[in-house]
Amino acid sequence: MRTDDLIKALDADAGSKAMPLQSAWWMAAGAAAVIAAVVFLLTIGPRPDFMAAAHTMRFLSKFVFTVVLAVSAFALIRALSTPGASTGRAMAWMAAAPVLVAVAVVLELFMVPEALWGTRMVGSNMMICMGFIPLIGLGPLAIFLWMLRYGAPTRPVLAGAVAGLLAGGLAATFYAAHCFDDSPLFVATWYTIAIAALALLGALGGRFFIRW
Amino acid sequence: MSGKDEAELSRLMRAAIAGDERAYADFLHRIAALVRGFVRRKIVQGGVDPEDVVQETLLAIHVKRHTWRQDAPVLPWIYAIARFKLIDAFRRRGRRIEIDVDDIAETFAEPETETVSERDINRALDSLSPAQRSVVSAVSVEGRSIGETAAKFGISETAVRVSLHRGLAAIAKRFGQGRFGRE
Repeated sequence: MRTDDLIKALDADAGSKAMPLQSAWWMAAGAAAVIAAVVFLLTIGPRPDFMAAAHTMRFLSKFVFTVVLAVSAFALIRALSTPGASTGRAMAWMAAAPVLVAVAVVLELFMVPEALWGTRMVGSNMMICMGFIPLIGLGPLAIFLWMLRYGAPTRPVLAGAVAGLLAGGLAATFYAAHCFDDSPLFVATWYTIAIAALALLGALGGRFFIRW
Repeated sequence: MSGKDEAELSRLMRAAIAGDERAYADFLHRIAALVRGFVRRKIVQGGVDPEDVVQETLLAIHVKRHTWRQDAPVLPWIYAIARFKLIDAFRRRGRRIEIDVDDIAETFAEPETETVSERDINRALDSLSPAQRSVVSAVSVEGRSIGETAAKFGISETAVRVSLHRGLAAIAKRFGQGRFGRE
């Protein structure tokens, strides 16, 4: 088939429509949030003293970290799924959540006596944390990987990893409402491991699942 | 690659998305020439046929045109896709060298079917269902309109459009998965 013949076929198919990628991303984000919320409420749910805890800095700081991660990953993944879009600025914003966590860790080390560092870090339910963040994030990750297939990522492995970070940020936001361990020492350790697991899974998905 | 190119191509693409078929044909012919030049400059030694990469890029641009933001420049989008498809072609070539025993077996089995016009897209076309293949061939190689194709096969125009769309999507998907040979 000559290239001119191919163009005839493509031109005859010009009328076929698909939802613009950027609109589709917002729908996907909404659907992922709903799925994460449903899984969260059906399994562990918020902690009983949620309202009282909401007045403490440590409890609230967890949401700042996870929401900043989710928002920056959402901006980056939209750029990564669009060929030719510049990603530099969005990539730089990905440092925001880790920097905030690092600052909080330093503050915590100043405020808490050294003898308590270990207990704060180990916390009371790290296994639940490492189990439920990936569990809540699994549905959203599947949606985001499917969206990357709908898009056209020229760096599929990186895009897949960012899909994992986005799913992780979303899942951790819900999980933080359940978790009793509010110390930045706990968050910096176990949340990071759980979210990294999702990022790894996403990168594998990007490697083997995203072809276009 | 001037600002004039950019403005003109963006305008054509926007018109095409709004439903102007003539603008789309014009757009595709222009980017075919641009991509051909780009690919030929990049392929300095043999192994990868530039025109195969041009065709793959055009198909990818077509099936992924919903990823272009209408407020963004169109040339970076086009070249990013062309570059991705070119790298893909090189990577595949690397893989083929590793499995060249099969290639040799195939060459011995049917030496004279390989001609200059034997393109990846023809093999992809062969893999379609008979209905999709005949519709895609009628519209492309035979140059028939949707209406003429519908009359030729005695089916509705909608059925022709659906077969054409699904056939092109299947070819693009096949290219994306790196499946080119017969199976």
